[in-house]
Amino acid sequence: MDTFLQQLVNGLTAGSVYAVVALGYTMVYGIIQLINFAHGEVVMIGAMVAFSVINALAGGALPPLAVVLIGTLSAIPVCMVVGYLMERLAYRPLRRAPRLAPLITAIGVSIILQHLAMLVWSRNILAFPQIIELRTFSFFGATITTVQVAIIAICVAMMGGLALLVYRTPLGTAMRATAQNPQVAGLMGVDVNRVIAATFVIGAALGAVAGVLFGTYYGIAQYTMGSILGLKAFSAAVLGGIGNIPGAMLGGLLLGLVEALGAGYIGDLTDLCSYGWLADLLGERCADGGHFILFGSNYQDVFAFVVLILVLVFRPQGLLGERVGDRA
Amino acid sequence: MNRTASITLTVALAFAMAGCGDKKPEPKADKGAAAPAAEAALEVKIGHVGPLTGGIAHLGKDNENGARLAIEEANAAGIKIDGKAVKFTLVAEDDQADPKVGTTVAQKLVDAKVAGVVGHLNSGTSIPASPIYSQAGIPVISGSATNPKLTEQGFKTQFRVVGRDDQQGPAIASYLAANNKPKLVAVIDDATAYGEGIANEVEKTLKAQGIKTLPREKGTDKTTDWKAILTKLRGRNPDAVFYGGMDATGGPLMKQGRELGMKAVFSFGDGACTDEMAKLAGQAAEGLLCSQAGIPAQAADKKFLEAYKKRFNADPILYSPFTYDAANLLIAAMQKANSADPAKYLPELQKISFTGSTGPIAFDDKGDRKDAEMTIFTMKSGKIEPVAVIKGGKTIAYADFIKGGK
Repeated sequence: MDTFLQQLVNGLTAGSVYAVVALGYTMVYGIIQLINFAHGEVVMIGAMVAFSVINALAGGALPPLAVVLIGTLSAIPVCMVVGYLMERLAYRPLRRAPRLAPLITAIGVSIILQHLAMLVWSRNILAFPQIIELRTFSFFGATITTVQVAIIAICVAMMGGLALLVYRTPLGTAMRATAQNPQVAGLMGVDVNRVIAATFVIGAALGAVAGVLFGTYYGIAQYTMGSILGLKAFSAAVLGGIGNIPGAMLGGLLLGLVEALGAGYIGDLTDLCSYGWLADLLGERCADGGHFILFGSNYQDVFAFVVLILVLVFRPQGLLGERVGDRA
Repeated sequence: MNRTASITLTVALAFAMAGCGDKKPEPKADKGAAAPAAEAALEVKIGHVGPLTGGIAHLGKDNENGARLAIEEANAAGIKIDGKAVKFTLVAEDDQADPKVGTTVAQKLVDAKVAGVVGHLNSGTSIPASPIYSQAGIPVISGSATNPKLTEQGFKTQFRVVGRDDQQGPAIASYLAANNKPKLVAVIDDATAYGEGIANEVEKTLKAQGIKTLPREKGTDKTTDWKAILTKLRGRNPDAVFYGGMDATGGPLMKQGRELGMKAVFSFGDGACTDEMAKLAGQAAEGLLCSQAGIPAQAADKKFLEAYKKRFNADPILYSPFTYDAANLLIAAMQKANSADPAKYLPELQKISFTGSTGPIAFDDKGDRKDAEMTIFTMKSGKIEPVAVIKGGKTIAYADFIKGGK
C-alpha cells in the first residue's frame, strides 16, 4: 500500500510539471493550430538560465530560497523574450503559409535553440546546486519532500492563474475570440497579432517556471532535456484534447500517474514466472525464485507514447475533446 | 646525460644526416653500414598516444608525462643494447580521444618505425588502433584502457598494465559482501554495454557468495526520473543497491533514493566513481561505495611520485604511474632481448616479470596484467576517497596498502 501511495506521489509531481509544459503546447495550438515543437526548448532555456543565476549566487549571503526565487525570476523574462522572438521571426511570416511550413519551422527553431544552448552551456550535464535543504514528510508510509509539495502547489497555482486569465480578463476574452475566428475577432477590434504574441509569451513564462521546477526536482539540466520533456508534454496535451486548457492539465497529471504506476508495476505484471502455468512451462528459468520479465522498468519513457498512440486510435479528439468553441 | 655523451650524439647525428643526404635523419638501427656513426648511439623511438586536445587533454598530458619520465630516466641511466649506447626518443601523438584519429596516428607511428607504443588512453581509440599495431608487429601497452574487448581480440602485440572492467564488478561486489554484509541487494543498470556488463558481474559475484538479489531493474543512459523504480525497490527493502551506469544518471538515482528514505548502501562502478557525484546528488552522495580499475596515482611508488613532481612541477593526476611502467616495460624487454627489434623483444615482453611503480607486473596469455589491482572508494565530504585495494581476490585496507608499498 505504501508503495502504491508513493508511486501516486511520484506520478503527481512529474505530472504537474508535464501539465504546465503541456499548457504551452495547447494554448498555441488552440489559437493558431500550430504544434510549437520548440516549446520544450523554451523549458530547457528556463532551466539553464536559472542554473547559471543560482550557481552564481549560491554560497553567497542570500538565503537559499531567495536564490532560487531570483533564479526563477530571471528565467521568466529570458524565456518570454525567446517566446516572443520565436513567434515574431519564425511563425508570424508563415501564418498564411500551408500548415506544414510552420510545423517544419518549429522543428528547425527547436534544433537552433538546442544548439545555441549547447554553445552557451556546453554539452555537459549541469548539476543544479543543491541549496534547498530537503525536508521529507511521511504519511501512511509514503514520503514527500518539501520540493515536491512546492512543485505541486506552484503548478496548481499557475494552472488556476491561467484559467482566471483566460476566462476572466479582457486579454483572455480576446484570446478566446481569436481562437474562434481570427478574422472576425480582428473586425471586432482585437489586435490579433498582439494576442497571438501574448499567447506565446505567457506559454513561455509557464515553461520557464516548469524548467526551474524540473531542474530543482531532479538536480540536473542539459541542453537536450527539452526534447523528451517536450514530447511527453505534447502527448499529455493530445491526451487531454489539444487546444483545450483543462484538458492539458488533466492530460499532464494522468500521464505522470500512468508513467509512475506503469514503470512501478510493469516488471511484476510481465514476470512470466509469477503465473503458475507459465512458470511450469518455463521450468528451469523460473526455478529457485528466478524471473522471466518481458518488459522491465526501462520501458518507462515508452508509456507516454503508447498512451499517445492509443488516444490517436481510439479517441483522436482527446479525453475532454478539442472543444473548438472555447479553446484558447 | 653527461656532456661527452651528448657531444658524441650530436656529432653522430650530424654524420648520419650528412650520410643520408636529403633523406630523413633516421639512424637505422639494424643497418650500421648506411650510417657509419650509428654504432656509437642507437636511436630507439617509442610512441605515445593520448588525447592532447579536448575535454580530457589534461589526462592525456598526464599519461604522456609518465612515459616521458621513464624515457628520460632510461637515457640518463645510459642503457646499452647489443653493446651500443641507446638514445630513446618519445614520439608523442594526439588522438583527440577520437577513434578515427586514433587509427590515423597509429598508422603514423607505424610509418615512423617506432619500436613500441605506450597508449592509447581511451578504450574507444585503443581498440580500433590495435589491429594496425598488430599487423606491423609493434608491441602496444595501454596504461588506462579498461574495456575487456581490447585484449579479447587475440592480438599478440596488445598489452595493458591496468585492470579490466570485468574485474571491477567482482571487486566491488566482494567488498560490499565482506564489509556491509547485505542479505538482499538490488541491481540496476542503464541498459548500455558497460552498465549491463558490470551489473552482470556484480550479480554473479553476489550470488556466488550466497547473497540474494532482486530482479534486475533497468533505466536508460538518459533516465532522470528513477522514482518509480526506486519506490518499487523500497517496498522490497534491500540492504544495498548497485547501479551499473555513469555519474550523470547515477547522481540523480542516489539523490532520489535518499529522498524516498531508502537506507540502503549505494554502490557504483567506475562510471559513477567521480567527485561529480557529490554535485549531482548533493548531501545524499555521502557514504557511497564505488570502484576504479588500478590504484590511485598517489598510491604509486614514492620514487616515481618524487621524480614526477621534480620533472613536471605537478602531481600525477590519474594514469601516469601506469604509462610510466608501460614505457619501462618496453625498455626492460628490449634489454632482456638485447635488441630493439619488435620481433625479437616481443617474446621477452610476454614473459616479463617486472616491478614497477604500481607494483609487480606480469602478463597473462591475453596480455592482461595478472592480479591487477582494483580500488574501492567512498564519498567523504564531497570527495571520493580510497578505502581499500582489492588484489588477487584479497581486500587490503588502503592505509595498509600504502604502507606495504613503501
